[in-house]
Amino acid sequence: MKLTRRTFLASSCAAFATRVAAAPPAEAVTPALIEAAKKEGKLAFYTAMDLPVAERFAKAFEAKYPGVAVRVERSGAERVFQRIAQEQASNIRAVDVVNTADAAHLIVWKRNGWLEAYVPEDVARHFPPEHQDPDGTSALTRVWLSSLGYNTNLVKAEDAPKSFADLLDPKWTGKMVKAHPAYSGTIMTATFQIARDLGWGYLEKLARQKVMQVQSSTDPPKKLALGERAVMADGNDYNLIQLKERGQPVEVVYPTEGTPFVTGPTAIFKAAPSPNAARLFQSYLHSREGQQLLVDFARQHSLHAQVTEKPGARKLSEIRLMKDDAAGVEAQAEEIKARYAKIFGV
Amino acid sequence: MTTAIVTPAPRRRFDLSWPILIGFSAVLCALIVLPMSWLVFYSFTDKGRFTLENFVKLATDPTFTAPLLTTVIIATSSAIICCAVAAPMGWLVARTDMPLRRTVRALVTASFVTPPFLGAIAWELLAAPNSGMLNQLYRAAIGDPGAEPLFDIYSLGGLIFVISCYTFPYVFVLVANALDRIPGDLEDASSILGGRALVTARRVTIPLALPALLAGALVAFLQAMTLFGSPAILAMPAGFHTMTTKIWSLFQYPPKPELAAAASLPLLVLTVLLLRAEAMILGRRSYAVVGGKQGDPRLVQLGVWKWVALGVALFVLMNPVFLPYGALLNAAFSPVATQLVTFSTATLHNIHFVFFELSATKLAFRNTLVLGVLSATVGTLIAVVIAYITARRAITGWRGLAFLATAPVAVPGIVLGVGLFLSYTRPPFVLYGTLWILLIAFVTIALPAAYQQLQSAFRAVNPDLEEASRILGATRLQALGHITAPLLRTSVIATWCFIFVGVIRELSAAIILFTSETKVISVLIFDLNESGDLGAISVLGLIMLAVTFAVVIAINRIPGFGGARLRNT
Repeated sequence: MKLTRRTFLASSCAAFATRVAAAPPAEAVTPALIEAAKKEGKLAFYTAMDLPVAERFAKAFEAKYPGVAVRVERSGAERVFQRIAQEQASNIRAVDVVNTADAAHLIVWKRNGWLEAYVPEDVARHFPPEHQDPDGTSALTRVWLSSLGYNTNLVKAEDAPKSFADLLDPKWTGKMVKAHPAYSGTIMTATFQIARDLGWGYLEKLARQKVMQVQSSTDPPKKLALGERAVMADGNDYNLIQLKERGQPVEVVYPTEGTPFVTGPTAIFKAAPSPNAARLFQSYLHSREGQQLLVDFARQHSLHAQVTEKPGARKLSEIRLMKDDAAGVEAQAEEIKARYAKIFGV
Repeated sequence: MTTAIVTPAPRRRFDLSWPILIGFSAVLCALIVLPMSWLVFYSFTDKGRFTLENFVKLATDPTFTAPLLTTVIIATSSAIICCAVAAPMGWLVARTDMPLRRTVRALVTASFVTPPFLGAIAWELLAAPNSGMLNQLYRAAIGDPGAEPLFDIYSLGGLIFVISCYTFPYVFVLVANALDRIPGDLEDASSILGGRALVTARRVTIPLALPALLAGALVAFLQAMTLFGSPAILAMPAGFHTMTTKIWSLFQYPPKPELAAAASLPLLVLTVLLLRAEAMILGRRSYAVVGGKQGDPRLVQLGVWKWVALGVALFVLMNPVFLPYGALLNAAFSPVATQLVTFSTATLHNIHFVFFELSATKLAFRNTLVLGVLSATVGTLIAVVIAYITARRAITGWRGLAFLATAPVAVPGIVLGVGLFLSYTRPPFVLYGTLWILLIAFVTIALPAAYQQLQSAFRAVNPDLEEASRILGATRLQALGHITAPLLRTSVIATWCFIFVGVIRELSAAIILFTSETKVISVLIFDLNESGDLGAISVLGLIMLAVTFAVVIAINRIPGFGGARLRNT
């Protein structure tokens, strides 16, 4: 290509554009922002986190900023993703803030140009730089694991499975429950990591164990607590920890092969009907207060440097983790869903 | 127009019926033909180009053929079970001296208004293989905590059972209504001529009730075939798909509406065939039984057997009503959904959560009520007109209208949802994201059943009465207003309630058409089920039932309705 003045101009503009696309400066919560948010009066929070957790965030936010009502729109991350795609395609601008359980969704939304860059002050100051989005279009709100688990009334601790491989033992046939990657972002992420590290052969063998199939990753822990199944082949650890602390007979198992590591980022939509309320909520979610709630009530992990863990809680550094790879999930999501449906029949 | 010539009326009494009839026909076409056209169009395309690939895949891919077979098995079994249970019960209630007949009718009403997905969730609480309360009870009774479960609701049999529980009221209502309308004279004539009870039943009562039973079997089959809620809750844990859940799964990202459209066509074809068969069976006879004179129905004296009959009826009603309601009530107050609540363990946590924490509650209730009232009013109006046209063959092309009014029953709500989605997401009609699109969906879905119900009511009113009125100079509308409408008042009120309740139960179209701002209770409950929040579901479900009963009872008591008693919805 000949370098003309026009192409030169274009390329320098592009260079300028990339610089502009980099994260905007961090913003503090100002009285002006609060005022503007109150004028809007409400916001729609689409999320995949367990409903009581999401509603708890909503209520805590409403208590702190009276006059801004939060409506929680909760379903499995893959259904949230489908919902947003459907609404955007029909020019329906309903979503203000979205928190997913499948980080791959952020790649798609960003590519579509749907996300608004906004960096809350706490994220810039207290979150590790390697976990900050370079464009500032999302913030990593929460981290949790897709662990195994068992019902302590039905399984003795010494008999409990210690690894994914243990789940293939015939003694667990018909006794396990798992969630579904076409509904749950946690399970989509976990299935990707398990298939990558253990191979699809593992999942094919697991499917022969007559596993009870539910949708959301928040359901297997509850099925364990009911005693409907003895062992959880996937799901999430945070619901198990909550249930255990409430006296339910459940126990978490972090498998020896490594536990699938799930990240849940939050983003603001460009076309948000309540852009200021959205920013205020985004700032609140990532404030020390919001993140402490995440740790204390939701029993998930925070990246906020000032947040303190509950005494006795397992630290992430003590657990052998599988590696997360949002780009890998994004590339393979469709194949994973198809292959999974074939193997498990639903 | 011959009527205008014959009628010796002054010009100002111009018969308005034709423009009205034609207008309604046009609305019907728009409701049904538009989304169906999109469906058919889509089923032959793949990303915009013409292809037959969708159908090839449908016929050869086992992930489609297996659900189709499963669906046919479920629909057939459910229809048979429903008829076997509902027909004798309808007879007991309408034609015998069984005690507590009104209570039994009210309880069948209760099972009808229970949303099938709520029933399915309640039966999970009761009969999940390990945590189910009935299985716990069984294990405690035999003293073996490790025993194999007595019931497994997560199975094909379990699903058929739950579907039948909430489909049999359709058959019951049709049969009981038909038996109510059979005048006692005919049966008396039979006994006077020496026919004993069984002969009378075989020669008089059963043939006269047959159209209702056949219509009931048909409705039951089609309901079971197109049901989404119960399979969505029970089939996935059981590890299989029905056609409706399969179609739903095709809308996961990235959506495949072409395949979904193609997958719905076999259901449509099946329905058309069934309707043809019904018409052939019923077409040759006349079933007008309500004439100018009518004797009261004669009640069969059962003697001591009446207590046995009552026992059987109550046992049947345990399955759709007593047990599930009990399980929901227990779960609403219990810290663990499947543990029997006691005074010391009872908690208000679930109620607090639903009312003070769950931010979707208020909006979902408001949307549901608004949609229920609007759909019931609009839907009843349309159904009355269409039923009149077809029952009286009032215009040429009435067969086409009858087909159109019945056709939506063959389209799973979820597929209708997509048809509407495709029709109303682009200019000039952008309705997605509003309540209007849900209104259209609910009216369309309710139409076949509403139409069937009113049409058999019209059929039972002898046209002689209207004709007499018209000979005396009334226009068609006046004849309708003065003669037919009063006779049909009960049926019309029943139909209104029928649609209202249907809207509250509806999940399959709503699951496609809702947005976060137009969410209804059924979708909210479905979302809660996804994450296993059984306590909150129980509270919401019970409130939903309470609201439904309140509306049905209130409508029944409005003085303007002239004390018409709603006997069957």
